[in-house]
Amino acid sequence: MSIFIDNNTKLIVQGITGRDGSFHAKQMIEYGTKVVAGVTPGKGGQTFEGTVPIFDTVYDAVQATGANTSVIYVPPMFAADAMMEAAAAGVKLIVCITEGVPVLDMTRVYPYVKDHGARLIGPNCPGLITPGQSKVGIIPGRICMPGHVGVVSRSGTLTYEIVNQLTMAGIGQSSCVGIGGDPINGTNFIDCLAAFEADPQTKAIAMMGEIGGTDEQEAAAFIKAHMKKPVVGFIAGQTAPPGRRMGHAGAIISGSEGTAAEKIESFLAAGMGVAQRPVDFVELIKARLT
Amino acid sequence: MNLHEYQAKELLRAAGVPIPPGEIATTPEQAEAIAQRYGAAVMVKAQVHAGGRGKAGGVKFCPTPAAAKEKAAAILGMTIKDLTVEKVLVTVAADIGSEAYVGIIVDRATKKPVFMVSAAGGIDIEEVAASTPELILYHPVDTRYGLLSFEAMRMGFFLFKDVKLARQAAKIMQQLYTAFMNAGCSLAEINPLVLTPTGELIAVDGKMVIDDNELDRRPDIAALRDESSEAPSEVDARNSNLTFIKLDGNVGCVVNGAGLAMATMDLVKYYGGDPANFLDIGGSSNPEKVVNALRIITSDPSVKCILFNIFGGITRTDDVANGIVTATKANPLKVPIVIRLTGTNEEIAVKILQDNGFSASNDMDAAVQRAVELATKGGAA
Repeated sequence: MSIFIDNNTKLIVQGITGRDGSFHAKQMIEYGTKVVAGVTPGKGGQTFEGTVPIFDTVYDAVQATGANTSVIYVPPMFAADAMMEAAAAGVKLIVCITEGVPVLDMTRVYPYVKDHGARLIGPNCPGLITPGQSKVGIIPGRICMPGHVGVVSRSGTLTYEIVNQLTMAGIGQSSCVGIGGDPINGTNFIDCLAAFEADPQTKAIAMMGEIGGTDEQEAAAFIKAHMKKPVVGFIAGQTAPPGRRMGHAGAIISGSEGTAAEKIESFLAAGMGVAQRPVDFVELIKARLT
Repeated sequence: MNLHEYQAKELLRAAGVPIPPGEIATTPEQAEAIAQRYGAAVMVKAQVHAGGRGKAGGVKFCPTPAAAKEKAAAILGMTIKDLTVEKVLVTVAADIGSEAYVGIIVDRATKKPVFMVSAAGGIDIEEVAASTPELILYHPVDTRYGLLSFEAMRMGFFLFKDVKLARQAAKIMQQLYTAFMNAGCSLAEINPLVLTPTGELIAVDGKMVIDDNELDRRPDIAALRDESSEAPSEVDARNSNLTFIKLDGNVGCVVNGAGLAMATMDLVKYYGGDPANFLDIGGSSNPEKVVNALRIITSDPSVKCILFNIFGGITRTDDVANGIVTATKANPLKVPIVIRLTGTNEEIAVKILQDNGFSASNDMDAAVQRAVELATKGGAA
């Protein structure tokens, strides 16, 4: 078991002929992901690497292959349309890797995707991986190993760092999800925590947050109220200067400054383990798996 | 990207928001001439990207052109929160009956632009939110439909019981929303929105923050960037496609990925040091980025040690190693460097570094501890 992706994932790569899309499509195929189609307008009828059929539209790709998941590597100004195109074509899991999507675009994309009954992960995220089964996005496959720890994070490389340390200590993962660091994203911590709680393979969860917003505090409240499985948390940006990552008015709406101290306090109040340093995850998770 | 008040006002004026006439002056004489032309009392207002201009003495009422000259002379060249005032806005002073606040921000929680309106304007909305939150109306807007008339009227009536004034206010909300969407804002506000004794509504101050991700498709807005009002190192970094924020410490950090960069800064602090900067070289692998990063970091005299922390995923660590070698050959380092890298092509990277007299480790904690030690000693390599 796992969350969101597994052996049954049939993937479309939107932007498969682009620089990033083609590189990562190869990596995903190498990892064993079932990449069933690529989409690049104007290149329908061609194939990628001689094996993956390319279509002009996501609709055509879904009709021809029965794909259920799509990953997006198109430039930022086209990403909003790509996400909505996937949702309209009936794709149920949409993962947008693209960085730099205007936030006002996301104010339209988010409700559109939701109305179509799809789940969006990202944008500006590394995607997700279920070790040994499927990888959708850019998380390096070789740093992961199958196991029982669910990983959810707002960061990219910081996630790799921590997953790598877990793997080197012999601690495998059920699924690792990078939800992305943008102000508006499709999937939040609570969505992932709820999925991990329901996943029989997952025995403990590692959660990496960042300063800004209140997602981590809300996640902590959810953990306290709804979760039986142990969660260990970390907040990046404990020493970041205030006011540089988020506008002050953002803090007004949430009634909070989104500081690291405030988030860590909410973790402690929820009875979570708190990693001071990335390396601390190893011992804290180990203690909770036994 | 922050806009100056005068820039925000131009965009608001273009959307139809009533704004008193105003012009920019860079000398006291210009300020005097503008005031002379208006033939009315004016406000002289410092144009810097800093809050609290009024409290710092950067906003003055001038009843005569002579006063405008005198006040402009005092304000031009003054520093507000480390920023030197190079321009002042000279604008016709408004008769103030009452002051309201109208703002829009993109809100993470509702995933929508949210209006905030309050009859308690003119002061920090933060203070109103903290002490009397019931005086603020929050109204999220579904951008697929835009701001609907009845929504704008609801906010208008929240500010004014009188239907004529409520309509006037609602119209301004629509205009503010249009300006907000057209410029690709993450924040836009009018504070105060003044009701004059003669029953007119006018925007006396305006503020806009643009989402940097919008600038590629809005060259007219991107052209409003005022690089003279930013730290030169941050301008240099942006032009090199690096994310850089100058801090007060002495350990210069070069990291790939924002989360790892923040975690690295935190670890520097954890081991008793102080980071000199936040610097994210981003995900793609490009030796030139490393060269630029080193140039920016080494131009900061407070940096006593340079710390590389690279986790190679998409970023190839051999590219980073090549960047370090190229940069240091062109400009030999005057401070010690600690390199931690692991991941994609790690063996090749380590070999490149060793062949050129550098050492590298793959342990993040050990590297950070070493960098802190070297920076604290302050010695040469």
